[in-house]
Amino acid sequence: MSIVENATQLAQGALQAVMKKAVELAPDSWIPGGVPDPLIAHKHGLVGTQVSRLDGPLKVTGAARFAAEFPLEDLVYAALAYSTIPKGRIATLDVAAAEALPGVVLVMTYKTAPRLNPTPVMMTAPKAVGGDRLPVMQDDRIHWNGEPVAVVLAQTQEQADHAASLIAVTYDTEIAMTRFEDAKADRKNASFMGAPMLLEIGDAETALAAAPHSVDRTYRTPRHNHNPIELHGATLVWQGDDLILHDASQCVAHVAWTLAQVFGIDEAQVHVTSPYVGGGFGSKTLWNHQILAAAAAKLAGRPVRIMLSREGVYRMVGGRTLTEQRVAIGAQADGHFDALIHTGVVAMTSHNNMPEPFILPTRSAYAAGSFLLNVEAVELDMLANTFMRAPGESVGTFALESAVDELAAQLGVDPIALRETNEPETNPTTGTPFSSRNIVAAYRSGAERFGWDKRSATPGTRREGEWLVGMGCATATYPYYRMPGGAARLTLTKDGHATVEIAAHEMGMGTATTHTMVLAERLGLPMDKVTFLYGDSKMPGTVMAGGSQQTASIGAAVIAAQTALFTELLKLAGNDSPLAGLKPSEVGGYEGGLCKLDDPSACESYVSILSRAQRDAVSVEAAGSAPLETQHWSMHSYGAMFAEVRVNTVTGEVRVSRFLGSFDCGKILNPKTATSQFRGGIIMGLGMALMEETQFDERTGRVMNPSLAEYHVPVHMDVPEIEVIWTDIADPHAPMGAHGIGEIGITGVAAAVANAVFNATGKRVRDLPITLDKLM
Amino acid sequence: MTPFSYARAEDVAGAIALVGATPDTKYLGGGTNLVDLMRETIERPAALVDVTGLSREITVGADGGVVIGAGVTNTALAADRTIRAHYPMLSRAILAGASAQIRNVATVGGNLLQRTRCGYFYDDAARCNKRAPGAGCDAIDGFNRIHAILGASPSCVATHPSDMCVALAALDAQVRVAGPGGERTIALVDLHRLPGSTPERDTELQPGELIVSVALPALPFAAHSTYRKVRDRASYAFALVSVAAALETENGTIKEVRIALGGVAHKPWRAFKAEAALRGQVPSEANVRAAAELELADVAGLRDNGFKIELAKRAIVATLAELSGEQA
Repeated sequence: MSIVENATQLAQGALQAVMKKAVELAPDSWIPGGVPDPLIAHKHGLVGTQVSRLDGPLKVTGAARFAAEFPLEDLVYAALAYSTIPKGRIATLDVAAAEALPGVVLVMTYKTAPRLNPTPVMMTAPKAVGGDRLPVMQDDRIHWNGEPVAVVLAQTQEQADHAASLIAVTYDTEIAMTRFEDAKADRKNASFMGAPMLLEIGDAETALAAAPHSVDRTYRTPRHNHNPIELHGATLVWQGDDLILHDASQCVAHVAWTLAQVFGIDEAQVHVTSPYVGGGFGSKTLWNHQILAAAAAKLAGRPVRIMLSREGVYRMVGGRTLTEQRVAIGAQADGHFDALIHTGVVAMTSHNNMPEPFILPTRSAYAAGSFLLNVEAVELDMLANTFMRAPGESVGTFALESAVDELAAQLGVDPIALRETNEPETNPTTGTPFSSRNIVAAYRSGAERFGWDKRSATPGTRREGEWLVGMGCATATYPYYRMPGGAARLTLTKDGHATVEIAAHEMGMGTATTHTMVLAERLGLPMDKVTFLYGDSKMPGTVMAGGSQQTASIGAAVIAAQTALFTELLKLAGNDSPLAGLKPSEVGGYEGGLCKLDDPSACESYVSILSRAQRDAVSVEAAGSAPLETQHWSMHSYGAMFAEVRVNTVTGEVRVSRFLGSFDCGKILNPKTATSQFRGGIIMGLGMALMEETQFDERTGRVMNPSLAEYHVPVHMDVPEIEVIWTDIADPHAPMGAHGIGEIGITGVAAAVANAVFNATGKRVRDLPITLDKLM
Repeated sequence: MTPFSYARAEDVAGAIALVGATPDTKYLGGGTNLVDLMRETIERPAALVDVTGLSREITVGADGGVVIGAGVTNTALAADRTIRAHYPMLSRAILAGASAQIRNVATVGGNLLQRTRCGYFYDDAARCNKRAPGAGCDAIDGFNRIHAILGASPSCVATHPSDMCVALAALDAQVRVAGPGGERTIALVDLHRLPGSTPERDTELQPGELIVSVALPALPFAAHSTYRKVRDRASYAFALVSVAAALETENGTIKEVRIALGGVAHKPWRAFKAEAALRGQVPSEANVRAAAELELADVAGLRDNGFKIELAKRAIVATLAELSGEQA
């Protein structure tokens, strides 16, 4: 980073600090969420009922159209050839055999690719969403093992794949830094979202040394790869200088803007759609494949379809990086923490911006007399790592919650009791009040339901045949985020049908269904009178389905649009209506019309208002409020995770026999889809705990298990009955009282499993995954 | 995938003639491994001869032995009543492998000829003597958690991935092959090779030879047998170590015993030394452990797979304990 960038960042940091303080000190009523969303008070409406996915039938019948299924006239198919070295220059690149094959339209290399600007990388601009900042295929340099070196376009996918396999490349290799241990000699303090992660409160090292009880351990988590069931793909076409891209995306507006920068065109010239997505988890952003396909389409003058192979995803879509974390806790005999230290090292690259922020959960999890938190990063020559379900918290809670369990064992106290002892009253590192924190209640109901009282306090004492049985628990936590940029268009037609349009995403979470429910309830309409349109960059809003923030972002945008709509409707209703003279805040949607909130007899139906006004439709567009609530309150979701495991005394095999997640995530909007979200997160957490590991060969920087046969994720037999319960206590300061729940499910799981393994065997595994050889 | 021609054989002679007619032709069974390797361009045959229509019979002989056609699917073999009753280890081994969908198309002949799952074999950016003879081996100092602890060479440390073959090795199965020079029989334990200096050759099959059937000798005591597979997840993973074992005791001592190991070598590993040591002995934990130690004496692990040595010993002990416990 240059001196200028440093200075700019410092100045921005100072300004942000002043703003932050002002927001913290402002009266509640000035802040979004200061007055609770009226929807929270609804008791017997749609919200909170079990509603099946509206897109379920489309998906099971195959009618839902995914990115690589859009039919376009004159379509050609893309295939990629990848580098086989981590660093150097391309010496020779022979594409003659590929070009000569029947059906091949062209082969694009750095010699023939159109000139492109470097990709704006995530967190450098509001809509920047590139996985790395490197120019794509613009010169002979290789930056990671697996970087694309050529694109083939052909009449069929099979022809393209075959041609790509015939491309012959030789390299002038350069010395690459691919070994983590070597790179650790040059580590730097890392920043996340523009703020340094180093946090010191008091003198934690001295307090740790002085504490009568302490643990001080190192935990390691490996690289993880993204494996959404839908491979990354796109179908795209240039119309003149305008690009239409059917993408698998969790950020259509961001992709449109970022691609516009790459191609040097206006944002409005890029139209991105993404109606259905088969899982994103942080990976469905902008990687080389969309850029290369668009560049090749420009060169060929034809529409292009690209769908990565599973290996392709491993070669060029980043995953979660490895971490090495130290957690040290100093405690009094009564369990109170004197010192809480969470520091460590992660690997990233010189061309991305994502030091895995594993300390995030520790900022607000426990009260302590002193804190030392820090993430240091080293740079490797590898594919840019990226966001992956609960970046920071997923691996950070493994270390933190394992250490808490280790301390509880040392103190001889119940690990839940130790957590309660250190429950903070306000955010322990910022002092801001919590908006809603009921983790103690979640633990109590979870423990009761799970039968925690049957856990043996002494490890290794419960045996059934060959199997040792144990129970463990851990805290799950993930922040409530709401990013700026939410906006929605709301249209009411004279037949009393409402349509909301917002550039949001349905990746299988149930977003479209749940927000149809919410809008129906807000407007007092049945669900079949409400349509939720999304997944199109031409729609209002810059809404990323990431950071578990989409629900809040949509919620706030719809609140603003609803207010605008009611304002318009009251104007149209005029003085001849029972609603005459009322303000938008004095009316609510009820049984197909507007009613005075404190006098349900003063009503007029939407149909009546529009027909009297001789209007076919009313359409409004509004932006959500600035998300200041996240600075005024400390806003987080919580969970108490309980695992029962069986460890085989002969083989060391671990089987999770029961799992329960007890969540505190505000109001649950749709229990059916929410349960799936929680379960899915927990299953992914079981994978992280027991089997997921990218084999990154440090000699070559190459991933050696780029396949679902060798990169293990849980199969049915690895997944026990997972019970999910929740407090259902609305967060009064969040739209709908709800929190996004996409990520919290994976947090705490690995620690709960590791702690259960300890309880079963007396063995503490501090490096994931917990494979059988570590327990033999 | 590299383009190839495809032909379907009508009978064994026709298949052999078709393969002989075009250089670089391979027989195609269920394709669950070969087609994968073709997609990865690790295998690039010019032509495929589909033999799935041939020899799909399971025949029980007068002596109680069984002849299994090479085209019998894994599912059909595992579900066969005779196999389940008389050779349960074989049924269990098959069901421990792959997934139901794969077993439904995978054939017995194809299962025998599976290639290794070594990541360096699968990636043509890596050095691999099996894929490119003389290139070197990146697995020896690389990721080798799934690799061999027995019978490996400086050229190759790959393992054979089959579960079914481990049971067949324990059962003294005989493999019937037909080729341009006529038919012959090879013992299953002699079909697969150790890598030595020619790891590119997985088996003793000669060019053009086709597996037509696998014969199981009548082995009454094999009705008392089982298969134990240890792996990194509960299903759909290759064995780290597996044990196929059968046991017969008489007057408290071992009369007959069969032990074969999977996941430990370039071939299904018949534990002849351990078997010999156990015959006539009391099937005590100490005796079985001593036999396992003998079988795995002087074995050294690589960077990631050393745990398999102890795991194999424990798996043998536990499997025989289970069998002797049942018999007691």
